[in-house]
Amino acid sequence: MSEPLIRVQALAKEYIMGSNVVAALRGVAIAIEPGEFVAVMGPSGSGKSTFMNLLGCLDRPSSGDYWLGGEEVAHLSDDQLAYVRNRKIGFVFQHFNLLARTSALDNVALPLLYSGLVKRERNLRAEQRLAQVGLAERMDHQPSQLSGGQQQRVAIARALVNNPLLLLADEPTGALDSRTSIEIMTLLQGLNRLGLTVVLVTHERDIAEFSSRIICFRDGIVVEDRPNTPHDAATSLASIASIKTVS
Amino acid sequence: MNFLATLRIALNALRVNKLRSALTMLGIIIGVGAVIVMIAVGSGAQAKVEAQIRSLGANLIMVFSASATFTGARSGAGSLQTISEDDAYAIARELPDEIQTTAPALRGSGQVVAGNANWSATFYGVTPEYFEAREWQIAEGRGIEQVEVNSAAKVAVIGLTVARNLYGDSSPIDQIIRIRKVPLTIVGVLERKGQSMSGQDQDDIVLLPISTARKRVLGATALAKSRSVGSFTVKVRQGVEIKEAEEKMRDLLRQRHRLQPGQEDDFNVRNLSEILQAQEASSRVLAILLAAVASVSLLVGGIGIMNIMLVSVTERTREIGLRRAVGARSLDILQQFLIEAITLSLIGGLIGILLGSLGAHLVGEFAGWPIKLSPYATLMAVSFAAAIGIFFGYYPARQAARMSPIDALRHE
Repeated sequence: MSEPLIRVQALAKEYIMGSNVVAALRGVAIAIEPGEFVAVMGPSGSGKSTFMNLLGCLDRPSSGDYWLGGEEVAHLSDDQLAYVRNRKIGFVFQHFNLLARTSALDNVALPLLYSGLVKRERNLRAEQRLAQVGLAERMDHQPSQLSGGQQQRVAIARALVNNPLLLLADEPTGALDSRTSIEIMTLLQGLNRLGLTVVLVTHERDIAEFSSRIICFRDGIVVEDRPNTPHDAATSLASIASIKTVS
Repeated sequence: MNFLATLRIALNALRVNKLRSALTMLGIIIGVGAVIVMIAVGSGAQAKVEAQIRSLGANLIMVFSASATFTGARSGAGSLQTISEDDAYAIARELPDEIQTTAPALRGSGQVVAGNANWSATFYGVTPEYFEAREWQIAEGRGIEQVEVNSAAKVAVIGLTVARNLYGDSSPIDQIIRIRKVPLTIVGVLERKGQSMSGQDQDDIVLLPISTARKRVLGATALAKSRSVGSFTVKVRQGVEIKEAEEKMRDLLRQRHRLQPGQEDDFNVRNLSEILQAQEASSRVLAILLAAVASVSLLVGGIGIMNIMLVSVTERTREIGLRRAVGARSLDILQQFLIEAITLSLIGGLIGILLGSLGAHLVGEFAGWPIKLSPYATLMAVSFAAAIGIFFGYYPARQAARMSPIDALRHE
């Protein structure tokens, strides 16, 4: 069997808050294969956010190991982690986190600035990704001129621009209405079917249903890890559309 | 991540927040502008004092004849004619290393008559050297020439006060004045000098060739036969210690006058250097003081930059978090904010220089103060502005760079 894309072992994270040591994550072992669509669930304080931060190389574990694409990344330096985030991981956030008063194109090209690409190359790749999320016509628009769903598409294009191994989406539909949420999930499912590995954090059961595997956290450990038969987002979207037409 | 890209990011961030960038710059603009204006005013004042010193003569030594004593009452300096034109020329000849030039002057006073106007003025019989020694500039016409001294020509150069009182606004050149009935053709008018340090009107003066004064105007007196003068002016070369030149000159004069050791000088020597140096020092203090006050406003401008940058870092916490998440190293973030601060202060500094130079000219125009813009001060203000950008930008930039990406992303 080939090497999983993500493999964590005995992953633990402790925070020191005053004189207390809070264990946010205590011994997590998970392997995620390339091309999986994983939903991470759990109540707040369950450790799922900590787990996502560690997966995203935004933080280092207190102990345990983390291999990403065969490379041990748990104990890299800050600058090395920045490199990993830049080249191997794409982030999508709940609140989009686009730069204000900056065009969609420049927002998408942002990670490439830190890859040291020349302007022509940056713009070329950003244009391709914007076209891929269906916003080819809105490259010059600023975030304030775009709807929430469009903003999240720009954010997804930004996450894809450096051809990452892994797309990490932290509550990507949390700030969107249900119809737009399903549109975004359609987009993510489409990307996943093209081979992209997606890890999604959500607390909405019906959003998690679009994934092929659901991992539940509670009190810093994995309490449930099961495969899921994904609902097809495109079909859900069509049914919503038909309900709308009826009413 | 190269430097150019960081520069572009920083400039873009400034462009996106135009109003805030402009307001931040304002502090630096005012600071640098104030420094430029103040230094211009201060060094202008200093230059004026220095010019005054040259025209009044910090490097001048005045030699007077000794005072005569008549039955116990001593008359003023110059009342005895113990020094001569030849003494003056000898000093210039014998001490070429110390003395730039010497100018004998034969003083007299009398009524100056022109047509039906008249004016009481002091006149001096002089040689062409006098103009150089006393730094007289010619406003109109020309000065006195050596041939006129040789031939005792009947010409005169008059000061502005005399010209105004005799001729009003019309040109006095080629007009005839009479002093003690001797007709003299006016060949030149002196440039205005204003008051002397003691409050005398220096422009109330008539200059004529020394030979003319001696033979024709002062006329019949015994004086006419000798070559003696009441005083002469000695101009010391630039960079030569006045005291030293004075001592050498004194020795030479004693030798020429055949004075025995122990015998008193039969002449008096004076110079103004000490008073003038004191005045120069006080104007320099003024200039430094002005620059110091202006520097305070530059400092305040710098603190303004730090303030805005700190606000900006807090406000852009999520942006910082995002940049970290997509691959910026903390060094990239540090650079970005530092470049923003330096750019603000540099652009502000450049605008400040422009406005400051303009302001300095306006001050010179409307307040009538002498203004002197120095490229050195300008350069200093720019480097100071850049230094302020680095100094006051570093702290906020470090705050930004140290932020944990997770906390920054979660920031509301």
